[in-house]
Amino acid sequence: MDPEIIREYIPIFTQAFILTVKIGWIGIALAFLIGVLCAFTTYFKIPVAAAAVRCYVELFRNTPLLVQLFFIYYGLPAVGIRISAEVCGAIGLGLLGGSYMTESIRSGLEAIPVIQTESALSLGMTNGQLFRDVILPQAFTISVPGIVANVIFLLKETSVFSAISLMDLMFTAKDLIGLYYNTMESLFLLVIFYVIMLLPVSLAGTLIEKKVRYRMFGD
Amino acid sequence: MESVLKIEHMSKKFDDLIVLEDINLSIDKGEVVVIVGSSGCGKSTLLRCINGLEDIDEGQVLLDGETVNPGNRNLTKSREKIGMVFQSYDLFPHKTILENAILAPMKVQKRSRKDAVEEAMRLLDRVGLAERKDSYPRQLSGGQKQRVAIVRALMMDPEVLLFDEVTAALDPEMVREVLDVILDLAKQKRTMLIVTHEMSFAKAIADRILFLDDGRIIEDSDPKEFFTSPATERAKRFLRTFEYEK
Ligand SMILES: Nc1ncnc2c1ncn2[C@@H]1O[C@H](COP(=O)(O)OP(=O)(O)OP(=O)(O)O)[C@@H](O)[C@H]1O
Ligand SMILES: [Mg+2]
Repeated sequence: MDPEIIREYIPIFTQAFILTVKIGWIGIALAFLIGVLCAFTTYFKIPVAAAAVRCYVELFRNTPLLVQLFFIYYGLPAVGIRISAEVCGAIGLGLLGGSYMTESIRSGLEAIPVIQTESALSLGMTNGQLFRDVILPQAFTISVPGIVANVIFLLKETSVFSAISLMDLMFTAKDLIGLYYNTMESLFLLVIFYVIMLLPVSLAGTLIEKKVRYRMFGD
Repeated sequence: MESVLKIEHMSKKFDDLIVLEDINLSIDKGEVVVIVGSSGCGKSTLLRCINGLEDIDEGQVLLDGETVNPGNRNLTKSREKIGMVFQSYDLFPHKTILENAILAPMKVQKRSRKDAVEEAMRLLDRVGLAERKDSYPRQLSGGQKQRVAIVRALMMDPEVLLFDEVTAALDPEMVREVLDVILDLAKQKRTMLIVTHEMSFAKAIADRILFLDDGRIIEDSDPKEFFTSPATERAKRFLRTFEYEK
């Protein structure tokens, strides 16, 4: 490995890193939003909408991100909607992640025993107060490990962005290897930047899990 | 005496299963009524129908002359006045003991935090748990949790308290500490409707015993009378199950 080449490549990878992280986190934010909305829809058994959510979740959980991105990137222009590769990446990741987030949040909500609802109601609480002050905080505690796992999974999934010509980390590495054959240096930087992207998230995730779980479960 | 809670011709079905049939009951202010009966006779369902956790099929439940069940548009208002403590520990696990006690008073009754905390501390002290105010429910024993659940119900200053076998899930040595709290409430002239399997407790606390059998109140009598000479064969058999002979 040539340190000189690595030094030379760092700015290129940094740029790709910023792009990947930006699209990744926008996608995750979108995924969380979709997850919350869909999980609430399912939890409250809103007619029609709940069934639609079910279809959405199964469709996106059971197809690869690459296929979803192809549909958005090549399919939408075919029906006259034009979007950039970046927007496409964020939306694709958001839709995929949304299906996973829905399941994590929903299972948290459904894990709360009925007795919690009944004791809150028998104290005279309204359905709104019950949901906000009793169900939601407990459900969130239970959902946190799932949500953290989803975030890490989604950040890793950004590696398929290169397939729609986004200049992300993967694309950059492939590009540099193809052009200059500096395989070792490029692969090294690829791994390093992915670790930089994911390690802090893993560590923060573990910390958050510990903190929120402690109150309720004490471990 | 002035009647607080009134149940008129109440019936309740789960699908085709009749669980309560033509229940009629009037409870006076300050009265302690104990409900006994074998498992599955409908005791829990009776309590749950009173505060509208279950819909009823016929009849009505009235609190201070106002309908609670069925079809009360202001059910949350009525529930404020009917406190309930369940068999399984039902404290909010994500909140401390103190927060458990003040949540409903602050949210439902819009009382100030300071005011709610003051009263909570007074009541926690009364059940011997003031120093545990910052603990979480998981750090408490079953008996302590039930005492907190009673405090949480009392915080709303309910007109009637419903207890559904609150000691049934407890280890024997913790039963006493919870029952003592309820005895203390009786001395304070709280109106209570208590379901229990603790017969000596029932004898000690009850102003009136109701014997529920297969969804019907078949005895409504003075405790002394009920425990020494029950009127029905069914009650005699029920009471015999608590006696041991070699
Ligand atoms: N949600 C429900 N759906 C269908 N049946 C129910 C439901 N809840 C209770 N039951 C039935 O109603 C009957 C009365 O139940 P309930 O829980 O009121 O009895 P209980 O007297 O409280 O018994 P235990 O002493 O065991 O607590 C039982 O036969 C029970 O199986
Ligand atoms: Mg019961």
